[in-house]
Amino acid sequence: MTEMFVSYSLVAVYSAMGVYTLAFVLFAVDLARRSAASPADRLAATTEGRVAVSATLNAASSGASRGTTSVLERETGRESDAAASGSKKGPRYLRAAMALIVLAWVLHVAAVIFRGVAAGRVPWANMFEFALTATAIIVGVFLATQFWQDLRFLGVFISGFALVALGVSTTNFYVDVVPLPPALQSVWLIIHVFVATLGTGFFALGAGLSVAQLLQARRDAGGLKRLGFLDTLPSAEKLENSAYRLTVIGFVFWTFTLIAGAIWAERAWGRYWGWDTKEVWTFIIWTLFAGYIHARATRGWRGSRSAWLAIIGFSAVIFNFTIVNLFFKGLHSYSGL
Amino acid sequence: MDSSRPSDHIDSADPQAIVQPTLGVVGYLRFFWRQLTSMRTALFLLLLLAVAAIPGSLVPQVSSDPNGVIQYRRNSPDVAAVLDALQVFTTYTSVWFSAIYLLLFVSLIGCVIPRAKHHFDALRARPPRTPAKLSRLDGFTTRESSADTAVIVDSAELLLRREGYRTERYSSTDRAAAGARGEPDSVSAERGYARETGNLVFHTALIGVLVAVGIGGGFGYSGQRVIVEGEAFSNNLANYDSFNPGRFFESSALEPYSIALDSFEVVYEQGNLSALGLALDFTAAVTTTTQGAQPQAAQIKVNEPLSIGQMQVYLLGNGYAPVVTVRDPDGTVVFSQPTACLPQDGNLTSICIIKVPDGLDEQIGMRGFLYPTTVALATGALTSNFPDLLNPTLTLEVYTGDLGLDNGTATSAYVINTDSLTQIAGREADAATIALTPGDSIELPNGLGSVELTAIPRFVSLDVHHDPSQLWVLVFSVLVVAGLLTSLYIPRRRVWVKVAANADGTHTIEYAGLARGEDPGLDAAVVAIAEKHSQALPIRLQS
Repeated sequence: MTEMFVSYSLVAVYSAMGVYTLAFVLFAVDLARRSAASPADRLAATTEGRVAVSATLNAASSGASRGTTSVLERETGRESDAAASGSKKGPRYLRAAMALIVLAWVLHVAAVIFRGVAAGRVPWANMFEFALTATAIIVGVFLATQFWQDLRFLGVFISGFALVALGVSTTNFYVDVVPLPPALQSVWLIIHVFVATLGTGFFALGAGLSVAQLLQARRDAGGLKRLGFLDTLPSAEKLENSAYRLTVIGFVFWTFTLIAGAIWAERAWGRYWGWDTKEVWTFIIWTLFAGYIHARATRGWRGSRSAWLAIIGFSAVIFNFTIVNLFFKGLHSYSGL
Repeated sequence: MDSSRPSDHIDSADPQAIVQPTLGVVGYLRFFWRQLTSMRTALFLLLLLAVAAIPGSLVPQVSSDPNGVIQYRRNSPDVAAVLDALQVFTTYTSVWFSAIYLLLFVSLIGCVIPRAKHHFDALRARPPRTPAKLSRLDGFTTRESSADTAVIVDSAELLLRREGYRTERYSSTDRAAAGARGEPDSVSAERGYARETGNLVFHTALIGVLVAVGIGGGFGYSGQRVIVEGEAFSNNLANYDSFNPGRFFESSALEPYSIALDSFEVVYEQGNLSALGLALDFTAAVTTTTQGAQPQAAQIKVNEPLSIGQMQVYLLGNGYAPVVTVRDPDGTVVFSQPTACLPQDGNLTSICIIKVPDGLDEQIGMRGFLYPTTVALATGALTSNFPDLLNPTLTLEVYTGDLGLDNGTATSAYVINTDSLTQIAGREADAATIALTPGDSIELPNGLGSVELTAIPRFVSLDVHHDPSQLWVLVFSVLVVAGLLTSLYIPRRRVWVKVAANADGTHTIEYAGLARGEDPGLDAAVVAIAEKHSQALPIRLQS
């Protein structure tokens, strides 16, 4: 039985990777087409037309490069185009990419469930399983946030991330199903690790938005002339606000992860905090994001500087999962490798 | 806007070039205090703290990995000397790390106190006067109504109160006619005071965590003890193998009790080939006796520590402790006791050091390996391929000479220095290494006597902790989360509703809001209030 479910899980993972690849390509094609399109069409592609217009207005009032006439043109262009296509859901490639990433995600979740059934426990007890589940949650968070606001332009980042993470974990981290060692036999395995992955999902989106924000800010300053798709994205300020809201959710989850981890450590290892390498990095990440939140409230730091902190913070999360797991000595040695 | 906030807080007024007067001593102190409590300094210290924590994850720490430190010192003594001077082996108690977090907390306290005072005042203050021009504010919207000013103001106030706002009526004529209050024509409302409360709770609770860890931790202690099946140990300083008292610990704080290890059961994976020999469960069955009470049976497992009084007893390690019996040539037992052997791998191949200082003609020391499930490799060397006692063998190399136990210097029971000893059985001696299975007895060379492997019980290593601050740390941590959630998700906003008379006798009602801190939902909230309010008013068709 175990063998059967393990193979189902693997088939599902590989299928998901295939579909993620297609989704990634279509997301990329979508961005490329937006870059190639005329300014009017770009505006049509944006679902945040109002924001883009106001951003253009701001740019127009501050600089001479974009005249008021072009703003008017864009506005009319948007309306006529939207009327012509009869769709508010964005360009065809984007919609196809979203459909594919949903399909890939369903396969991915199936892989997670099969793995859990095969193991007879939560599917995140070693590095492979953790990567499998965490990427599913990251993509899940991405899909869920679409109900809140349109962040589909992050699809290329998220599908690419999921693809790389699954590729690395199936080839380098794969281990067979093994039972839980006594130290992991705890309800905190479910709570602590699950909340950590949720936090990671929000940090990932926040970092993606921060990257977009930095690109947008650079384009606003006159750079990145070839990245025309940026015109179809929300303004740098709007991106920053979205990034902040998502990262703050991640921060709450991370704080909880840290406390839950301390409670578990007290049960399992006899002390709630011992500066184990993984604890150190969890602390570093917490401090970085605490710094990010402060930076948002500090004059001179709101904007690009705080965006860099969000990106550094997410990089530290990835570092914590990969390098610290594999090469640092510590008590959290559950990679199974 | 908030004078209590650091001057570089995003919500504070931008200080334009300030001409600094010449500073005296007090002036400088105040200047440094302002610098220390600024947002920029707090941010800098936070990031510095993150960076400063990194070395401790790269270099083994005395607290979490003492053996790693010893090995590091041995492998690269020169680097270790530098690291020692920089206190890198004790990063998290080092002067520089402590300096950073103490400065951070001083900065934090310097920030929290004025804010707390300001917030305390704000909690009792009336919502501020309605601004003259609402149209400049966020979410500005208007509705028309034919109702009377008083009706509009009353219903607006009622609505805002229901929505959790604190309200105050103002009259735009108040300004002109001091003393005589005009008819109120606007409502000023504020909500979300809990946001700032949460923020203060969050930061204060962080200080609480630090204090609880720093001071409360000083009254605690932890001790380690190895117990073999069938043995007992009582809570007494002398009975611990190692003991780490907190700064304020006194030995009278040790509660009297004893723990006897009745048995220790381990379940190993036997079916799954990928995890063969993986330990699935450890259960230590113990009997505890506290003063004046009947002995009680209990169990200790990983993740399930045992509470005795205020102490927690954790199961942290285990292994085998073979009982070796040594007899003199006459057959009189001179040594018979279990010796805990240090496990070397997952299949519990263990190193055993046995010292017999008395009873024989010469002191003997023995060093050997225990193989729980013995298999011979192609080279003839033995190894263990399963951690349970399926086919155990104990091999011993025997030395004679002065074991160095009598000169008063402390020696580890797990180490034997063979430099000044003579091997009488083993690879370097005429007699071969002794190999024993349970029940075997073999004569020692030179007619010294005999050695027998009597039994192979298991041992557990227990960690006894008492940390009176632990509960406080948890309480403050919960407050940290509660404060964080409140301070991030309760919007603090001001909303104004103002009535202006039109020429035809109807009224235009203006609505506007002001965010205090992050408030992405402000515009929508103002519109929602305007909608609800105009629905509550008598309907008038607009032309």
